[in-house]
Amino acid sequence: MSTTASGRTAADLRADDTAAAAPTGNGRVAATAGWVDERTGLAKGTAYLMKKIFPDHWSFMLGEIAMYSMIICLLTGVFLSFWFVPSAGLIPYAGSYLPLQGVVMSEAYSSTLAISFDVRGGLLIRQIHHWAALMFCVAITVHMLRVFLTGAFRKPRELNWVIGTILSMLAIVEGFAGYSLPDDLLSGTGIRAAEGFIRSIPLIGSYTSYLLFGGAFPGEAIIPRLYSLHVLLLPAVLIGLFTAHIVLVFLHKHTQFPGPGRTNENVVGYPFMPVYTAKAGGFFFMVFGVLTLISALVTINPIWAYGPYDPSPVTAGAQPDWYMGFADGALRLLPGFLEFELFGFTWSMNVFLGAVALIPVIYTVAGAYPFIEAWVTGDKREHHLLDRPRNAPVRTGLGMAAFSFYVVLMLAAGNDIMAIKLSLSINDITVLFRLLVFVVPVLVFWVTKRICLSLQRHDREKVLHGRESGTIIRTADGKFFERHEDLDEFDRFKLVAFEAPAPIALEALTDANGVDAKAIKKAKRRARLSSFYFKDRVEPVSPAELAAAHHHGEHESISGGSTHAAIKHDKHND
Amino acid sequence: MNALAARRRHPAAIAILLLLGLALVGAAYSLLAPKPAQAAAPSAAAAATAEDAALGRQLFLANCATCHGLSAEGTKSGPTLIGVGAASVDFQVGTGRMPLAGPNVQAPRIEQVKYTEEQIAALAAYVASLAPGPAIPEGKEVTGETGNVALGGEIYRVNCAMCHNFAGSGGALTRGKYAPSLYGVEGKYVYEAMLTGPQSMPVFNDTNITPEGKASVIAYLNATMNQPNVGGMNLGNLGPVSEGMFIWIFGLLLMIACAFWLGQKAA
Ligand code: HEC
Ligand code: HEC
Ligand code: HEM
Repeated sequence: MSTTASGRTAADLRADDTAAAAPTGNGRVAATAGWVDERTGLAKGTAYLMKKIFPDHWSFMLGEIAMYSMIICLLTGVFLSFWFVPSAGLIPYAGSYLPLQGVVMSEAYSSTLAISFDVRGGLLIRQIHHWAALMFCVAITVHMLRVFLTGAFRKPRELNWVIGTILSMLAIVEGFAGYSLPDDLLSGTGIRAAEGFIRSIPLIGSYTSYLLFGGAFPGEAIIPRLYSLHVLLLPAVLIGLFTAHIVLVFLHKHTQFPGPGRTNENVVGYPFMPVYTAKAGGFFFMVFGVLTLISALVTINPIWAYGPYDPSPVTAGAQPDWYMGFADGALRLLPGFLEFELFGFTWSMNVFLGAVALIPVIYTVAGAYPFIEAWVTGDKREHHLLDRPRNAPVRTGLGMAAFSFYVVLMLAAGNDIMAIKLSLSINDITVLFRLLVFVVPVLVFWVTKRICLSLQRHDREKVLHGRESGTIIRTADGKFFERHEDLDEFDRFKLVAFEAPAPIALEALTDANGVDAKAIKKAKRRARLSSFYFKDRVEPVSPAELAAAHHHGEHESISGGSTHAAIKHDKHND
Repeated sequence: MNALAARRRHPAAIAILLLLGLALVGAAYSLLAPKPAQAAAPSAAAAATAEDAALGRQLFLANCATCHGLSAEGTKSGPTLIGVGAASVDFQVGTGRMPLAGPNVQAPRIEQVKYTEEQIAALAAYVASLAPGPAIPEGKEVTGETGNVALGGEIYRVNCAMCHNFAGSGGALTRGKYAPSLYGVEGKYVYEAMLTGPQSMPVFNDTNITPEGKASVIAYLNATMNQPNVGGMNLGNLGPVSEGMFIWIFGLLLMIACAFWLGQKAA
């Protein structure tokens, strides 16, 4: 600090003031921040982050649930790794779980039992780890649904959608690797099944299996290898991709639902610092708290009850964790005749299609969807405003249909549990599911689309004629009708701020004589798809329509008792 | 306009119709009951007093003969009981499976047993008097006191878990048949089940699983079923399906409730 009074600037003076007002802490924080900034130049970036605005909507927090569950998995996973021994070497059990004392088992299983019974807090941490893994996959699934149904995947976020699909696929692989580690009867059966799946890959199956297992099943190699995947490779890739995912969210800025003052160019919400960090930080602890509560009250994967793995026994109710359920379900539904012999090889398509091919196929289709939709609509604009699901009936229908397909497969994996719990025949259930897997998605598509369209019509009515007030008015000549209240501008805006594109017309092409047959064919295909998407549409209320309706309304209130008005109102009420 | 007609174009109408349709299909489906299963008959030796057998014969004629035939030779609606032994009768009647109420995929276990112990003993004596068959097991082996829990666990996992599930919670078999839950089944009936192989269950005779082995299985079942649930609620011990359902329903609901609550909080 300068010593002459004349040399002091106004800023210097003020700097002294604040230091005096807040004697210790603040100064030190500022000093540290300054020290770090001078050496790293982080201040600018941090300021950018701190001022980032996030819109509020509960569905935007689904991604956060996934994020926090993942972090909780990482934290608890570190704890587990202190005691888990990834080895298939056999030892007699000498821990404190009585029914297994003296049983010869792998070190992997024995150490998992030790974590459950002999490490303080071990069982709780194990259960948090597993419940958090299940929650992670649930949250990813619903997050993905929300992104899809609101159209958040549209330009410029297609790449982030693709990263998301990869994350989601890796998450289930990571989960499966973890599920396979304890070497109890259930996980061993899972590995056995996985080995069968690998063998069903045409031509290279048995070689691949030998490569992965380091010889014949089960061998000693698979547990240490799965362990490396589970704690090293997959988490690293997950964290890397997740970071990219979040960076892109920051760069793109978060989307928002349409509303007054919210445009494609701005984001309305709270700044990251301090509001959003407080909320997000609080939310982390809520997620952690809920998972801990669940883990403290409800058993997950009671490995001690399953007993050690041994290739001869299996147990009834041997299922994968739910997120692999859809592949297991597909496997259970595929008919046996898909296995055949050709060119001296056995082609186990009954296994391969469901257990191996399905996963990459599903995720490829999911990853490609934004590009397919963009091609059909020909929409090259950026979208920062979300669609309300009802305002894109065909997309919403497709999303729900795809999800229902997934759910049917997932439920099919529980066919045996359904059979005992509902006292039905497992054969009949399987036949039923074979039917449902084709019928349900079509039905769901149709129903969802219809529901969307009728909700849109309902919105239109509301905008044009106001909301039902519940006040019944009796006219002089004895007729009744319900008085409708006009929406205020804010509410109305939410109901009219959307686009309803018309299908692409074909005329444009036919007059272009120069185009070759191929281009025409392509254009025709596109026009057909476009009509599939947009043929049934409900347009948002235009200002002109609104004005006309209001005019009509005034007229109505004067001659409210006329037959004409009464009929109209009847119609609203149906 | 009546209320139904007024709401027929309500957006939820389709959903409700659909649910109704599904419920109807479900009801129709559950009426198409699958056919009953066959059981195999084991054989060994047994003896009983003559009065017992005489009383048993009376009871048999009154309650069982309609299905099993006047001299237990079997009819269209029930298998022969000649040679099934006292153990089989004790198991079937003692667990309430017999007398069967009516044709079913499988005779269900019924807690309300219809006969007194003496009557069951009489029925068993009568059936045992027809031809030699496995006798009702008694003594320490039945209570599992002499068994080795760890050995019993191994035998159980190799021989029983594929049908009865790892924790004895039961499992589905083909065409509506099932291996029942083993919770709360008395040691004597576990022993008899192994000895006689009711319905779809295989017979585990004494060369398959020695009497010590059987005692160990019983000891293992007693030990695991009396274990406290160290991890908390066990969700019926049905494996990952119930866990998945739990996290989708309760886990997700709680999380969304938290998110919603936080979203409602003003900054
Ligand atoms: C409604 C017909 C019906 C009646 C009544 C009935 N049973 Fe049965 N019983 C069956 C059928 C069917 C089976 C075979 C499949 C099964 O166990 O469900 C059977 C099986 C048995 C078996 C097992 C046979 C074996 O192979 O091990 C015994 C023992 C038996 N019954 C005893 C009795 C006795 C004792 C009574 C009378 C108290 C009785 N049953 C009444 C229908 C009947
Ligand atoms: C092929 C599948 C299968 C296997 C293996 C099997 N069981 Fe069973 N078990 C059944 C069926 C089916 C029943 C139901 C019989 C009935 O209702 O009459 C049953 C019934 C029982 C019962 C009677 C339960 C009750 O509700 O009263 C016991 C006890 C039992 N089994 C024990 C065992 C034991 C111990 C083993 C292994 C040594 C074993 N079972 C192996 C299928 C099996
Ligand atoms: C490891 C799993 C994942 C984590 C941790 C995660 C996390 C997040 C978070 C925290 C956000 C911002 C908040 C939100 O909109 O919910 C977000 C946004 C987004 N996520 Fe994910 N996500 C994951 C998987 C996925 C998947 C599977 C997809 C789709 C295939 C996906 C697509 C997107 C997209 C497109 C956005 C931007 C949404 C918008 O700006 O409206 N993510 N993600």
